[in-house]
Amino acid sequence: MRSLGKYVIFIGTLFKKMETFSTYVKRTLDEAISIGINSLVLVTIVSTFIGAVTTVQTAANLVSPFIQDFIISTVVRDMTVFELAPTITSIVLAGKVGSSIAGELGTMRITEQVDALEVMGINSASYLVLPKMIAAMLMFPMLCVMAGFLSIYGGYLIGTLTNIVSGEDYVYGLRFDFRQYFIFIALVKSLVFAFLVSSIAAYKGFFTQGGALEVGQASTSAVTNSCIAILLADYMVVEILL
Amino acid sequence: MIEIKNIVKSFDGVTILDDISGEFYQGKNNLIIGASGTGKSVLLKCIVGLIPPDSGTVYYNDRDFTHADKDVKTDVRREIGMLFQGVALFDSLNVENNIKFPMNILTELPEDEKQDRVNFCLKRVGLENVNKKMPSEISGGMKKRVGIARAIVNNPKYLFCDEPNSGLDPQTSILIDELIQEITYEFNITTVVVTHDMNSVIGIGDHVMFLYKGKKLWEGSNKKILKTEVEELKDFVFDNKLISTN
Repeated sequence: MRSLGKYVIFIGTLFKKMETFSTYVKRTLDEAISIGINSLVLVTIVSTFIGAVTTVQTAANLVSPFIQDFIISTVVRDMTVFELAPTITSIVLAGKVGSSIAGELGTMRITEQVDALEVMGINSASYLVLPKMIAAMLMFPMLCVMAGFLSIYGGYLIGTLTNIVSGEDYVYGLRFDFRQYFIFIALVKSLVFAFLVSSIAAYKGFFTQGGALEVGQASTSAVTNSCIAILLADYMVVEILL
Repeated sequence: MIEIKNIVKSFDGVTILDDISGEFYQGKNNLIIGASGTGKSVLLKCIVGLIPPDSGTVYYNDRDFTHADKDVKTDVRREIGMLFQGVALFDSLNVENNIKFPMNILTELPEDEKQDRVNFCLKRVGLENVNKKMPSEISGGMKKRVGIARAIVNNPKYLFCDEPNSGLDPQTSILIDELIQEITYEFNITTVVVTHDMNSVIGIGDHVMFLYKGKKLWEGSNKKILKTEVEELKDFVFDNKLISTN
């Protein structure tokens, strides 16, 4: 509970004694490149393969002659939109982005770079953390959309190349009983996960004390706590929005 | 001038600073000395506001800094330059941008003036042609100089140096001490240096405060320190190998 209170206070300090708007814009763009652009390859590989594997495994389990082939892509679509694109992508990004944020801030803390900002009269938490959080909340939904597209396309590729399902059936299944609201839920999820991953990682890194060992521990702790928070939030968002 | 009154600070029930009072004078090198673990760096961090004291007050030219609101603290901090023990240069910025950083945040100077100021400060600390180098590409002594350049770039009224000689060879240590002394006299600023290096004390200690187990035991100039009658200070001074062999 004490940590939770400290975390809430930490989030509050981000909005006190802020620097100029242009300072945040420039830093947010830099962070967006670091968080978003530099994660493109990882998200592409993970989402394409997950879509492909989901197609193969779904097909392997749908052995009844009463179930039509297009159901495979319907299952892939729903799994992708509901879970794979927002949740798995965020968990993967928690490993990459979360550990990077915690490591960077932890190193800045133990090497007195955070103190240097404070001595200059800068709200170090706001200056360092807020751009990371805004950038994450901008980039996670975009990466989620991209991951969803690639996952479904990966399923299409493997499905048609291995003759599991025809291209026509796959596309028909994607359109079958499609509800746009599910896309909205996926985007809300990715937004919530972005906030959780960036803020938890920043909190863990910002309050690091000690040396290199503690920076490593902060990074590990950031990733594990982010993953747990993502799974809890995943359940809560679905309960609220469905 | 900086005045501290009755500063007390404890961590987890252990008293680190016990009722410390004193003054640090303008245009002088004010040294806080003592063995490791006596609370020198904690006192420095209390003075610059990085650690709030449990009780006591810090005054910057009669302005109460400890109990001031955030706006006043920000104003005072804009008059402060600080050289950290580990220098604390920003890893992601090159030398030039590290020095420019306080100006970017705290001033609205045009870019060419900022550039002139960066070049002036680098020249002042004896560094040239390192503008585009990253902190990881320069030596420890050069990092200290860049740290000093960053600390003085906004014409501070107060300069704080935490163990400026740590990790440096004796010759470079002397050069850094001389640089701090020159800057103090040239710009007539209040400089506070935390050190346990007796060479620095003898070399630049215009005004020296000796801490022992969290208490202030002695205060005076470097000329008087070798004649002290305070046993703890005598132990500190004459246990130093460089001094005892002289």
